Order: sequence, then structure tokens, then C-alpha cells
Amino acid sequence: MTTGPTQNAPLSMYRSKDGLGVWEHRGKVAAVGIGHSPTARRWDETPETSLGAWSIMALRNALEDAGVSPDQVDGLVISPGSLGEPWSPRPIPEDFANMFQLTDNPNDGLSQMSAEFVLKNMPELTNVNFTMYGPGCMSNAICVAAQAIGDGLTQTCLVLTGRNNLAGRYGQYGANAADTVSGAGQFTAPWGPTGPTGDALSFSQYLRKYNVRKEMFAPFVVNEKRNGLMFPEGFFAQHRPEEVVSIEDYLAARWIVKPLNLYDCDIPMCVSVAYLFTTRERARDMKQKPVYLLTHATTKPTFGIWQTLEGAEASTDSTARKLYEGSGLTPADIDIENMYDGYTTFHNYYLESLRWHGVGKGDALHFYQGDISVEGPHPISSSGGNAGSGRTRIWMHTDSIQQLQQRAGRRQVRIKNGRPETAVSGGPMPQTGDFMIWGTDPD
Amino acid sequence: MPKQSPVPDDFSKPFWDACNEERLILQNCTACDARRGLNAIQYPPQPTCVRCGASDTLEWQEMSGRGNIREYCVMYDCRTRLLQADQPFNIACIELEDDRSVLMYSHLPGTPVDQVPIGAKVELIFEVTPATGQKIPEWRVVG
Repeated sequence: MTTGPTQNAPLSMYRSKDGLGVWEHRGKVAAVGIGHSPTARRWDETPETSLGAWSIMALRNALEDAGVSPDQVDGLVISPGSLGEPWSPRPIPEDFANMFQLTDNPNDGLSQMSAEFVLKNMPELTNVNFTMYGPGCMSNAICVAAQAIGDGLTQTCLVLTGRNNLAGRYGQYGANAADTVSGAGQFTAPWGPTGPTGDALSFSQYLRKYNVRKEMFAPFVVNEKRNGLMFPEGFFAQHRPEEVVSIEDYLAARWIVKPLNLYDCDIPMCVSVAYLFTTRERARDMKQKPVYLLTHATTKPTFGIWQTLEGAEASTDSTARKLYEGSGLTPADIDIENMYDGYTTFHNYYLESLRWHGVGKGDALHFYQGDISVEGPHPISSSGGNAGSGRTRIWMHTDSIQQLQQRAGRRQVRIKNGRPETAVSGGPMPQTGDFMIWGTDPD
Repeated sequence: MPKQSPVPDDFSKPFWDACNEERLILQNCTACDARRGLNAIQYPPQPTCVRCGASDTLEWQEMSGRGNIREYCVMYDCRTRLLQADQPFNIACIELEDDRSVLMYSHLPGTPVDQVPIGAKVELIFEVTPATGQKIPEWRVVG
């Protein structure tokens, strides 16, 4: 068992600078297992569907998927936060306390996941001697786990994130419900720029700068919703399979922050997701076809209350440069594009910076007027992203792995006879996030 | 619109005290200022300069109170309870005449919802926030 408290990954583990060259561990780390829990709109406050229970379920599912026994695992990397409201200061539910070994953190297993909670409640993980946090979302944890395996800190590593959405309207608690505001929010919160405000501002600027119309964005969102309904692990496929969104539906949706509407915003939900990563050598003997990490990259935020369109584009340009440099690939080499979409318009900046299928600055909305379905020649965001399956920040990674393993089911792309060889995924925000390129060939 | 009252802390107290005197002061890094030959103004206030990291080179500098509307959006579904009764409302980004890279939020009082003249000149005003009486900077279209 690991000793001492689990730490956040040091900054040195992230590839956040230009000019680092090809990743020193290119092709030496592989994803070999995927585990998902079910999904729910909100937690029903039973211990069986708690964040802790579903995280353990996801971890065990990832092991089963990979055909790996728990004693073979020696590492655990977690993105511990849950995005939504913390459970504390509510009392820990008695039935939850009776079901699990608790830690000193009153949110643990309820609205946050620690390595300690996992190890206390998964006694079968007898050989874990490396634990680390990649805060923020699964993209961060993937970078950390990949670098850790490459650096030899762990050989076979579980990677976990979970989301819990409590009762009540999302985000309308704590400081947002108060009459006063302190801390960093004192310079922004009085004007109420919560949620997608920053991207609404950037998208307004985008529409004007490139002389395009909001209506031209509709096909992308409709395609995201369609892909989501073909993602059996996702929220909408499980709970609202009849909810097909048309262009007319999109254009008639209520505004959240104009020019962004309801369908531009991802629905908060509950789910836990785990992956199993291992070394190139060990991956050869495992059940699933290995999907290799060809590089990872990190982009950090710039200062100010709003990054502006120019700032967003500069950040995604930086991300694209680092991804191509680290992998040694070019835009023409990328088969699967799964960049983050929560909020939907983020996707435009990523797509244009990556120059995927020749899309340049200001071209994205024009590009969406063509065939962007998974059956067509330009299968954009084959996961459907958060728009298609709910607020988790994981769908793009699961889909990328599944596409390269040719087990994406109805979402399996048709390009290259259904045998795509590379994928790019990551997020969350254009101005700050973690990203990676995957491949079927380690060399 | 009733806004949340900011609660000053050690490094933001000069900013909020000046607002109560209806003056807008922002931090300028004298070291970066000298190197760049330009203002090195930063907002929101920080304990250190976001460019060079120094803490002993930041000085408060009074702004002209003039700016332009850089961009705007319209908030229909805000998480902040105090503002929900006034939805929908404008959220604009104001670029300061003193340093165009410095952006501040505004509700643009007096400007009809979704009829925001991008690029228009704005002038500084101050609003009293109800919870504590702390004054807060706002902007309105000139003319």
C-alpha cells in the first residue's frame, strides 16, 4: 500500500511549453481498459449510487475490461473533484457510512474521490504503491498517469474521475446565493458572469470577426446530440433515447447567455469513469487491443477577467503546436477528432487550430455545413462530447480509445474502412486544459 | 441592479476604498512599466505583478474613467441569486482607455438589453451595493 498523503502532480509532469520536441515516452504507454458506471441526472442519495460506489464500480469494470487482476495494479491516478456542489456541511448519510470505510474528508465518496477512499474500499488493490492527483478533470489525470508510467513510477495504473450532481439547481449555492462576495470573485461575481459567459463573449466576437451566423453552428450541435444517442454509456442514450435534437429545436432553444442557448451547455449529471494504463510491454498480453499515448500537452490560462477571442485562439494554437510537436504527427495524420465541447463553441477554436481536415481560422462553421456524421468523410467529434452525453469531460477519451480499438459500436467511423489509426482528445477550456494524441501504432 | 457587495481583503482594500471615494485605481508595476515604456496595469488586483512576479513594484494608479465597449453578451440564466430578478441583462466587457488590455465587466446601466453599441465610448460611474454599502465601478454609454 502507498504511504503518506497523495499529492497533486508536480508541474514538471505536464508538457506545457513549446519546443519540448517529441515526447520522450511516445508509444511507451497504452490504454488497455475502460470502465464506466451508469449515469444519473442527480444523486438519489442512496449509498449504492454514490460517487464512491460508482467510482469503485468503474475501476472494477476497467480491470475486467482489460482482463487484469487487481493485484497486478501498482498505481492509481485520480482527478478528485466533482465539479458540482460539495456534500459537506450536510451530515454523512448513515447508510453510506455503514457501507464504506470513510476518511477524514466529509466529502470523500460523496462529492470528491480520494486515493485513500479507493484503497480503503477496494481491498483487492493489494499492490498499489503509487498514487497521485491530476486535478480538474480526466484529461489532467490522463497526462499524469501517462507521464508517471513513462517515468517508471508505476507500471499498471488505474485512472479515475467521477462526477456527482446533487439535488437543486446547479451552481446556485454558496457564494452565488450570498449577498456579499469575497476572494477572487469580488472583482467578477457582482456582474454575474457565471457559466458560459466568457465563451458567449468570445463567440459573439467570433461571429462578427468571421462574418458567420449562429444558425451555421446548429449542424455541429445536432451532430453532437446524435452521436451522444449512439453512446450507450452516456446519459441521453440511457435516460432520454427519444431526445433527438433538430436544427429547428436548436434554434428555438431558450437562451442561457446569448448567443449561447440551452443546447450549447452541457447537462450536469452523475457518472464515474476509469481507464487502465500500462506499459507497452505489458499491454501486449492484455485482453484489449492497446491504444498508445503518442504525446500529451498542457495549456495554462492567461490573466484577466476574459481571455477574448484572440486569447482563445492563441491558446488553442499553442495546444495544437505542442500536440503535433510532441507526437511528430501532422494535421493530415489525425483520423479521430474529439476535442472538448462543454460549452459547444469551444470546439471551433480547437478544430481550427488543429487544422483538422484543412479547417482554418474562421472556417469551422462553414465546415459544419458538410457531412460531419460518423458515417461520412469528416466524422467530427465522434464521441458527441458533453453536449451529446452530459457534463463529465470524459466522453472524448472513451470514444477515442474505443474508435481505435474498433469497438465504438454505432459510432464507429467509416474512414479507413472503420480502422482509424490516430485520435486527438482533451479539454476542458481553450485557455486551459490537458490534451493528448492516441495511436494504434506505438512507433 | 442590486449587486453582491465585495468584501475587501488586505490587497484589495485600497481598490475598494478608492471606489467609495468614486475613484478607480488599478495596480501598475513600475518595473514592467519602465521596461516596456508603457503602462503595466493589471486587473483584477493581485498580490504580485502577473508579468514579473514582483510584489514590491506594484503601485496604485488612478484611471481616467474612460473606455470603450469591447464585447457583450446577454445573461438569461444567471447563477447569482441577487441578479436573477433582473434577467435578462447585458454583460459587457469594457476596455480601458488607459490600457486597452485591461478589461472590466459592466451591466451598462441605461442601455437596453441586447442593444449594445460595440465600440461605443463609456464613462465611469459608481453604484452602491445593498448589503454593505460598498460602492462598485460601473460604466455607461457616453452621449
